[in-house]
Formats: sequence, C-alpha cells, structure tokens
Amino acid sequence: MKHIKTINKANLKKTAEKGGCGKCQASCQSACKTSCTVANQKCEKDA
Amino acid sequence: MIHKFKLRDHNILLDVNSGGVHIIDDITYDLLDHIKPPFDDKCPQGVIEELSKNYPVGDIEECYGEIKELYDEKLLFTEDDYERFALTSVASPIKAMCLHIAHDCNLRCEYCFASTGDFGKGRKLMTFETGRKAIDFLIKRSAARKFLELDFFGGEPLMNFDVVKQIVEYARSREKECGKTFRFTITTNGMLLDDDKIDFINREMSNVVLSIDGRKEVNDRMRKRVSGSGSYDRIVERFKRFVPVRGDKDYYVRGTYTKYNLDFSNDVMHLYDLGFDQISVEPVMAEPTEPYAITEEDLDTIFKEYEILLDKILKVREQGGHINFFHFMLDLDQGPCAIKRLRGCGCGNEYVAVTPDGDIYPCHQFVGIEEYKMGNLDEGTFNEDIKNEFAATHVYSKPECRSCWAKFYCSGGCNANNYIYAGDIHNAHKLSCSIQKKRLECAIMMQALKLMDTEE
Repeated sequence: MKHIKTINKANLKKTAEKGGCGKCQASCQSACKTSCTVANQKCEKDA
Repeated sequence: MIHKFKLRDHNILLDVNSGGVHIIDDITYDLLDHIKPPFDDKCPQGVIEELSKNYPVGDIEECYGEIKELYDEKLLFTEDDYERFALTSVASPIKAMCLHIAHDCNLRCEYCFASTGDFGKGRKLMTFETGRKAIDFLIKRSAARKFLELDFFGGEPLMNFDVVKQIVEYARSREKECGKTFRFTITTNGMLLDDDKIDFINREMSNVVLSIDGRKEVNDRMRKRVSGSGSYDRIVERFKRFVPVRGDKDYYVRGTYTKYNLDFSNDVMHLYDLGFDQISVEPVMAEPTEPYAITEEDLDTIFKEYEILLDKILKVREQGGHINFFHFMLDLDQGPCAIKRLRGCGCGNEYVAVTPDGDIYPCHQFVGIEEYKMGNLDEGTFNEDIKNEFAATHVYSKPECRSCWAKFYCSGGCNANNYIYAGDIHNAHKLSCSIQKKRLECAIMMQALKLMDTEE
C-alpha cells in the first residue's frame, strides 16, 4: 500500500479464543504499584 | 473503533479491537475524519470535494481504496466482540499476594500513600506466624495455578527482614509437595540494604523494585529520613552496589514525580547516568489539595515531557545504549491476550494484600479502607462477595472505559485510584487516564519506530 504501512500483526482477536490461562504476572506487582499498565506484561502461556 | 495521533513527524493509526498499528500519510489521516463504515465502493463525492481543497482527487480515491481494503480484510474498524468473554469469566484462583511485612518505615516520604508507612493503623511488623498463614492461604486458594507471586511490601520490608527470610524458607519448603513455584519480589527504599540482604535477595527474588525519585534535590525534597535529612546519598550508594551483582534477574529503580519535578525526563536520565537501565518513574497520586499533587493544569506540561523523554530514550538507543522505561514497554505483536486485558491487575480477584494484623484487602492501595476489607487470616474469614465484585469489574463494566481507545492497554486503570479519587471502582480517574493515554501513544510510537527500523 502507498498511503498506509501496517507495522504489526493485528492478532488480538486470535488471542481471545485461546487466552485466559492466567499464568502471566499480576501486572501491578512488576514495577508500578500505583498505576495499571497491562499491555506491557509478557504472555506466559507456555512458561 | 480507531484512534489516530501525530507524534515525531509520524501519523499513527491504531485499530483498537484488533491491536493493529499503521503508519499513515496526511491524506489518510484527514480522510479518516470524514468516513466511517460501512464503506461504499467509491469515496463519497462530498468528501472528495472537501479534501480536494488540499489534496489531489486521485490520491484521495487511492487512500479510500486502501482503507476499504483493510476494512474488508477485517484489519480496520474491526468489531468489538470481547464483551462475551468478560461476561462469562468466573472468579479466578488467587495467585498473587502483596505481603505487608512491615507497617513501619525508616523514611518519611511526604507523598506516601501509606501515611509514611503505617497505613494510618499504627506501626507494626508482621510475625512469621501471620506470614505462614498467608502462604497457606495463597497455596490453598490458588487451585491449579502453578506460579504464585509474593511481593514483600511495606512500609519498608527490610525493617523485618528476618521474617522475610523465614517466610521464603517456609514457602520454598512447601513448593514440591504442593506443585507450586513461588516468585518472590520485594519493594524497598534501600536504606537497610547490606551485603547479606543483597545476597539473599539476589538468590531468592525474581524482581526487586528500588525506590528513588531521581536527581538528589528532587529525591531529597520528598524522600526524607525521620530526622528530616535526605536519603539520596545513602540509597544511591546501596543501589549501585546492588544492581551490578543482580545478574540476569529483573529489577527496577522506581521513582515518583510530583508537581515539583514536571521535568521528570531529567530524573529518568539521571537514573540512567547513575548506571541503572530498568527504570519506572510515575506520577504521584494525591488529593488535589496537596501542594505537590498533579492537577489538570499540569497535563500539557506532562504531555510535552513524555515526548521529551521519548526523544531522550531514542537518542540513547541511537548511541548504542539502552533504557527500559516501564511505561514505554509494549509488545505490539505478542503482548498479553485479550482476556487478560479485560481486567487489568486482577486485584481483589486473583491478587490480594495481607497486613501485619492478617487482614486481607483487594490490594495494597485498599489497605485501611474498611468497606473493602475482605477478611482476616486469624479469624479464617474471607468475603467472597467482594471477590465476586472484583471478578465482575472489567472494561465493559466501567462506562467510561467501554468507549475508550486505550481500554486494552490499561485494562480499566487502577481500581483503587478509581475508588479513592473518583468515588467508585467503576469510575475512571480522569487525571490518571489522561496521563496513561499520553504514555501509551509514546509507547506505541516507540515500538512502531523499532519495527520500522527492523524492516529496513
């Protein structure tokens, strides 16, 4: 495309079907303790 | 839903429900103000007439075609169909705990949300007996979850370090029989760090949060000793000793910025110059009447400061260095699943806090709020109604979040901040939202630049 450059895999929909295993870290424990940023957590499904 | 913004001479387009990120040109950026699904085969004549004042008609039609193509491929204006997952999710096992090992502190930080360490409940240290009960509670309530997270928190946890050691030893002794793996973390102001504690922490703790606000004058204005003198000199010396022997285990130096240092990018860079590259610096949460509180009028300055910080971090990267700024971290391809993003931190549902008295709260920030006291370890009580309330608290149960582009990144924000500053766990704390959204735009921009570099 000339006007639009897609830069990532838009895969959030796919993650919904197989997600929710609950293995990943509770986000507030990692560094913040006063805010909430979930999107920077790692998926640990196969950990 | 889409969200678009301009930053560093780039136009970014986010497709909220698929997580797709696109770099777009100015015509596309402007065209998206005039069109929305469903799309006809041809661009509406009125739109062409309007935009042709600034752009050639052929380019407008070409852009329209590209937008329509992405829409047809379900990559743009994708539908929000996640609510069914939020509605069917049931209460989770409890897998994470914040253990308030000491409701006491050797600093008197002015902005402390814990009333300088005692949470307004008197200065107390947790006994091993209470810690043991907390471990037993976590194991019992964790059902099939293998990885259990336990954060030693305070007050200042190093003031009760012998009990920290006993609790770690006890938890480790139960791992095998229960099929669990504990991941310990600790949040400390560093005043009491010594070589023995450093050895123990590096052996046992998967992550450590080291509190420091940045430049000496910034840190010492808020983070004072009981005597009133500053803590900077002592903690910097301890942290510099600690981090190099940390090995490959995680740590963050974590600061708070206030109205007094809205130029906080200088504090991030100061921490980097001290030799730390894992950095989190966050806005203070306080009643607006406090002189150091961040208020609406500070937002423009803060937004600009995040852009300055982004520039500085990118410059470090260009020069071969590395700063991992917590709130700019984002994995656009393999972040957490959509289900995780519906509920955020999981407080009150899969995450709880325990005080030295054995009281259980949804998280450390709720400690002392009687309405949300969930139970007590000595009494063997636990209020499932409160747990269920938190299980049912997600981005679709928060009216302001439903229509927000950032909902799958902040996941509804901090429930405690919502309660304390906006009156209800379901109400958005707008000041936090504004700052969060700016940080996210910077984070998306940073990752977009990285991905573009990789392709080139």
